[in-house]
Amino acid sequence: MDDTPSTPRSDLKPIQISERTRPGSSTRDIVFDVQKLSLHYGSTLAISEITVPIYKNHVTAFIGPSGCGKSTFIRCLNRMNDLVPIARVTGQVLYHGQDLYGPTVDPVQVRRHIGMVFQKPNPFPKSIYDNIAWGLKILGKKDNLDDRVEQALRKAALWDEVKDRLKSSGLALSGGQQQRLCIARAIAIEPDVILMDEPASALDPISTTRIEDLIHELKQDYTIAIVTHNMQQAARVADMTAFFSLDVSEGRRAGVLVEYDETTTIFTRPADKRTEDYVTGRFG
Amino acid sequence: MSTLPTSANGPDVPPIFHVDRRLKRRKIVNRLMEGVSTLAALLAVAVLVLLVGSVVVRGASAFNGAFFTQVASGDFLNPAGGGIAHAIVGSAVIVLLATLIAVPVGVLVAIYTSEFARPQVAGIVRLCLDVLNGIPSIVIGIFIFGLLVVGRGQAAWIASVALSVIMLPLIARSTQEVLTLVPLTLREAALGVGVAKWRMVIGIVIPASLGGIMTGVSLAIARVAGETAPILFTSSIAVNQISTDVSHALQTIPVLIFTYSESPEPADHAKAWGGAILLIGFVLFTSVLSRMLMSRMKRRLEGGARGELLGRVTGLLGLFRRPSA
Ligand SMILES: Nc1ncnc2c1ncn2[C@@H]1O[C@H](COP(=O)(O)OP(=O)(O)OP(=O)(O)O)[C@@H](O)[C@H]1O
Ligand SMILES: [Mg+2]
Repeated sequence: MDDTPSTPRSDLKPIQISERTRPGSSTRDIVFDVQKLSLHYGSTLAISEITVPIYKNHVTAFIGPSGCGKSTFIRCLNRMNDLVPIARVTGQVLYHGQDLYGPTVDPVQVRRHIGMVFQKPNPFPKSIYDNIAWGLKILGKKDNLDDRVEQALRKAALWDEVKDRLKSSGLALSGGQQQRLCIARAIAIEPDVILMDEPASALDPISTTRIEDLIHELKQDYTIAIVTHNMQQAARVADMTAFFSLDVSEGRRAGVLVEYDETTTIFTRPADKRTEDYVTGRFG
Repeated sequence: MSTLPTSANGPDVPPIFHVDRRLKRRKIVNRLMEGVSTLAALLAVAVLVLLVGSVVVRGASAFNGAFFTQVASGDFLNPAGGGIAHAIVGSAVIVLLATLIAVPVGVLVAIYTSEFARPQVAGIVRLCLDVLNGIPSIVIGIFIFGLLVVGRGQAAWIASVALSVIMLPLIARSTQEVLTLVPLTLREAALGVGVAKWRMVIGIVIPASLGGIMTGVSLAIARVAGETAPILFTSSIAVNQISTDVSHALQTIPVLIFTYSESPEPADHAKAWGGAILLIGFVLFTSVLSRMLMSRMKRRLEGGARGELLGRVTGLLGLFRRPSA
């Protein structure tokens, strides 16, 4: 991605923070309590001692320069990194108090509770209907299958566009529709959390807006963690924002969490100089 | 470092654009190379055209209704009568049974190595398959002969076993290649909805690569349909009867071509050439079919590993160019 704000931009407009009611900080339930999470790819440290709480029914955005380990981090939250044989995790990810990396935890079960939407839309090479029904059938949610498919598509704001062609291939949809199909697929299995790794980076502005609106809606029912390159997007959709950066001290290049706060604070009164430089586009 | 020649712009460096002679020579060599390789390509096409042409010219006279529907006449007064229906049926039965044996085993081997095995183990299995693929079919024939025919006598099912041994590495290796074409993002999508790995393999990976798997299978079928050596050992002493009983030896097209070509009767020669046309036609058919299947898979995976696919498929076809014994 070359649209990272790696060059100083003096003409940057102040980032608009959307006006909305933020959940009161006193009633926050913690969904993920991440404690000193580190991940090595082979012998290379990718992220170092990340400690961050993720709150229920909040949208939490993870921003930061390319390569600082945002994807690596978010993939730790549903054990997607288990697919990478050389990845090794230390530290704790407590999910409602349970360590996701505990010895008795089944990663397949983890992913039923914590769904994921990927950067590139990746629908199955199946019909639109089966893209959603396949997982449901395997997970034993076979009752009212048609209903469940419809509800998922409605929640993903895709139903009206595809209701007449549920039998046609999911790959025949546009990029934005495909991504909403992937969101519908993730919603259908009724997870508790939805992780999104740059869900709109491959989409045009209109599709992006639709996905962002969708994230707003989904917040009522789900906890959402989203990685984004786009700071305006983080400002628009997120309640909480975490800024990651690359720590190059002591001869290492590892992703670290620089600052974590309410989105408004991160974008208007960041505590750390590095955060300020990044969100104002002065990041070099 | 300090001993580096400092004459980078010195007087003994030839001027950059003053290379007329060398340029000329390079152009000639270029032309020559182009000409020679074009000639070689033409030669390859010509060989195929000549081969098919001469087989068709010599065998066409044998083609009539009886050729496909009747068995060898055995009538000395009318040697041109009768047909090779028994060999066609025999070949079909033996190859079908061989396919039924080889496909499940081959596909499972491929699934094991590319989805479940540790990299080192997968490498060893792959090497074994390549070695097996390189063993001449006459060796496989005599091995199966010693194992199953001795003491029991010939039977069509034994021929099927021999052919399935030839098919196994072809199917396993081509399926392995095809499975690696299924993009990681698709696997992540499947696991992301919380299904176990074997569900992902059966529900997403296999269906997505079905076209490619079928390509390998159809090429393997084409490859063994013309195999002669293993069948000589296992199913060559057959009666001239249409039969699907695999407990006895059945006549096959390749063996029929082999025996008829040594017959003193010219009409038998024509039948041998006719059989050859059938084999060529079958290979042509399967090649076209496999191409169609592969492009279907490509379309299904559109947006996935698009670019490298063609190259990989070409490499995959290379597996099948084994010297026939
Ligand atoms: N499968 C892997 N094997 C080895 N190293 C990896 C792997 N995936 C990522 N890395 C390395 O880990 C570091 C962090 O990568 P990651 O993809 O998490 O960054 P990111 O913040 O998501 O970047 P981007 O914004 O470009 O997506 C990078 O240096 C990357 O090269
Ligand atoms: Mg990333």
